[in-house]
Amino acid sequence: MNADTIATRRAALRLGGAGLLSAGAVAVLGGCQSGAMAGAMAMGPKITTASMGDVDILNVALGLEHEAIEAYQIGAESGLLQKPVMDVAVLFQGHHKGHRDALMSAIKTLGGTPVMPKSRDDYMRALNIAATVRGQGDVLKLAQRLERGAANAYIGVIPSFKDTSLAQVSARLAADETMHWTALTQALGEALPPGPLSFGA
Amino acid sequence: MRISIIMSAMLLAFGVWGGVSSSQDLKFVETPSPDPAPAPVMGDAVHGAEVYEASCTGCHSLDANRVGPAHRGVVGRIAGTAPGFNYSPGLKAAGFTWTPEKLDEWLTNPQAMIKSARMGFRLSDAKSRADVIAYLATQKAQ
Repeated sequence: MNADTIATRRAALRLGGAGLLSAGAVAVLGGCQSGAMAGAMAMGPKITTASMGDVDILNVALGLEHEAIEAYQIGAESGLLQKPVMDVAVLFQGHHKGHRDALMSAIKTLGGTPVMPKSRDDYMRALNIAATVRGQGDVLKLAQRLERGAANAYIGVIPSFKDTSLAQVSARLAADETMHWTALTQALGEALPPGPLSFGA
Repeated sequence: MRISIIMSAMLLAFGVWGGVSSSQDLKFVETPSPDPAPAPVMGDAVHGAEVYEASCTGCHSLDANRVGPAHRGVVGRIAGTAPGFNYSPGLKAAGFTWTPEKLDEWLTNPQAMIKSARMGFRLSDAKSRADVIAYLATQKAQ
């Protein structure tokens, strides 16, 4: 997205339908889009100042989901994972694909353009996989690290959403990531945090 | 008699609920002197590394652009200039240098600091912010 596109969008602020569109985005993310809501969204996306910030946050989240999906794919194709770890990795990747699809729909509903995934090479380099992943435990450690980062990212953006319903969805996404982190931590034989409030800061 | 007691009770209750008792009506409230500016929070780089690992690495790395830009050398770098990263227009045009104070403002609420910022993540705890910034300050450009 270039500066001109954003400037055009900001200049084309419209109030009408913003509430419906926002509710529509939440419905998509919450997996409960109704026929009436779909009809309201079919009126066409309109972006507002408030929703632009929310779209940006959702797009950052989408970038994070793209990375997680590719990380699990790299792990699955590495030949390093054995059952039942492979089954769990595929299950968690499926969750992330669900997050991705919901985020993309919500971004479109709000009038934004979803970011696309990067190349396999980009992810391999950015996650330093060639140098750090040599066995099943390394795959689990990488996934554990990404899941904790994702959970904390979703928690950290909660106060920034203009639409508080999106904040609630962010909390639900954080709960999924925390579930993944907990299972991976157990699989690695590591202790859970001894104190409370170990996520978020 | 009963009516006057009820009326008195109502007036008393109204006064309390309104935050003004009858005895306070006749007094000027002395304004307390303002508190001195809070001392800056000193960061602990060792703990900051742990906070960075837990809270920032979902999107960032020190040496690679991911969802967010690479962080090595960020303290002292001009905002919006990490090589190869596609910044928002607001950050590209920001023009300031990342100091600990600027980073603290950014991590407190990035979209309040730069309206078109894509990052919405807030590190709400002041000590954690100071620790992360202290850690980043140790990660100098190579």
